Amino acid sequence: MTELIDLVLLGMLAITALRIIFLKDLFAVVMLFGIYSFLSALIFVNLDAVDVAFTEASVGAGISTVLMLGTLALTGRKEKTNNHTTFLPLLVVVITGAALIYGTLDMPPFGDPDNPAQQHVAPRYIQDSPQEIGLPNMVTSVLASYRGFDTLGETAVVFAAAIGVLSLLGLPKHEKAAIESGLKSHLVLRVVAKLIVPLTLLFALYVQFHGDYGPGGGFQAGVIAAAAIILYALVFGLPMATHVIQPTLLKALAAIGVLIYAGTGFASFFLGGNFLDYNVLASDPVAGQHIGIILIELGVGVTVFAAMLSIFYAFAGQAERANIQ
Amino acid sequence: MSFIVDYYNYWIVVFLMMAGFYIVISANNLVKKIVGLNIFQTSVFMLYISIGNVSGGSAPIVADGITRYSNPLPHVLILTAIVVGVATTSVGLALIVRIKRAYGTVEENEFEDKDDLI
Repeated sequence: MTELIDLVLLGMLAITALRIIFLKDLFAVVMLFGIYSFLSALIFVNLDAVDVAFTEASVGAGISTVLMLGTLALTGRKEKTNNHTTFLPLLVVVITGAALIYGTLDMPPFGDPDNPAQQHVAPRYIQDSPQEIGLPNMVTSVLASYRGFDTLGETAVVFAAAIGVLSLLGLPKHEKAAIESGLKSHLVLRVVAKLIVPLTLLFALYVQFHGDYGPGGGFQAGVIAAAAIILYALVFGLPMATHVIQPTLLKALAAIGVLIYAGTGFASFFLGGNFLDYNVLASDPVAGQHIGIILIELGVGVTVFAAMLSIFYAFAGQAERANIQ
Repeated sequence: MSFIVDYYNYWIVVFLMMAGFYIVISANNLVKKIVGLNIFQTSVFMLYISIGNVSGGSAPIVADGITRYSNPLPHVLILTAIVVGVATTSVGLALIVRIKRAYGTVEENEFEDKDDLI
């Protein structure tokens, strides 16, 4: 049954991608890309990657769609027909694709428990992490503890990307808007948004602190919390949102998150362990791991929330300015 | 039939990868190129998750009565890659916004002959 669902969903994914190639209306392209992300999330659930599906659903179908729509608002929604020859790209793609298909025939069969990928470090993570780290969710154990160094790097990349966007576009000034923005005239949207925003924020907190036991964690929680504020900004207008959460606060938060993460590493340094070795944070190694993971997940959540929201503010501020002119 | 089931995921991954690649090299509009890059990226995610899947396995969260779990390592790598992916995509989109402001167009063939404005 799982295989059948897999076949159908992947087929739908391929059809969506095919349609995106030929569409000229970029608004439709972005919408199809949202569908594409959502289908990917369903496939990830079907392939037992629940944490990944969670992230893809909130990031791909949520944030990146909003950011692309924001860009389209500034650059126009139609792709011009070009008189480029399509033959050469097609040839390159077909040859590369044929070579890759030939390569897949040497891959180990899909889902076989004896595959090389299942033999290396995975057995150790699966067998020992519940005792060593004391958390049921192995993904969180690996993410925050075994490979904590990687995650620190990735958090820093998110922080750096936010700095990049802010230096390219700048944050909106905190001031009264010259024109009406948002969708305040729509009563239904206003009422529904008022209901949904607090619940989403509550859910983000749940995802943040329950990530040790179920699917979730700092990355997902940060994105979901940012999505709640983005919804608020879309309905009630950017000036209201910047009044609630000020851009300067976000700048500070993005840096504080990385600081919490790296600070946890240095704390374990000074307590006599290695960098990001949480065993020394408490008298009992498992309790130390708990403290360390909660701290660094908090750092990740804060940075991701602040980075995503400030990136949205930057794009929305640009769109607002274009509307005024 | 088992031959198809064994390799179907990889074939779709290659198809998606090539669809994204085709959009990147053939599209003229920069926003569409970014969409193509994202499709390419998602196909790589799909490849990793497919490799980590164990048939008859369960999501890697400890539960009573379950002995076989999928590989948690690819999940970790891809989870973080998705968030990093959207962050870097937004940098690309921000550059596009600046290109539009400087050149007045985001069609590649319309600004590639112009002098550097940025």
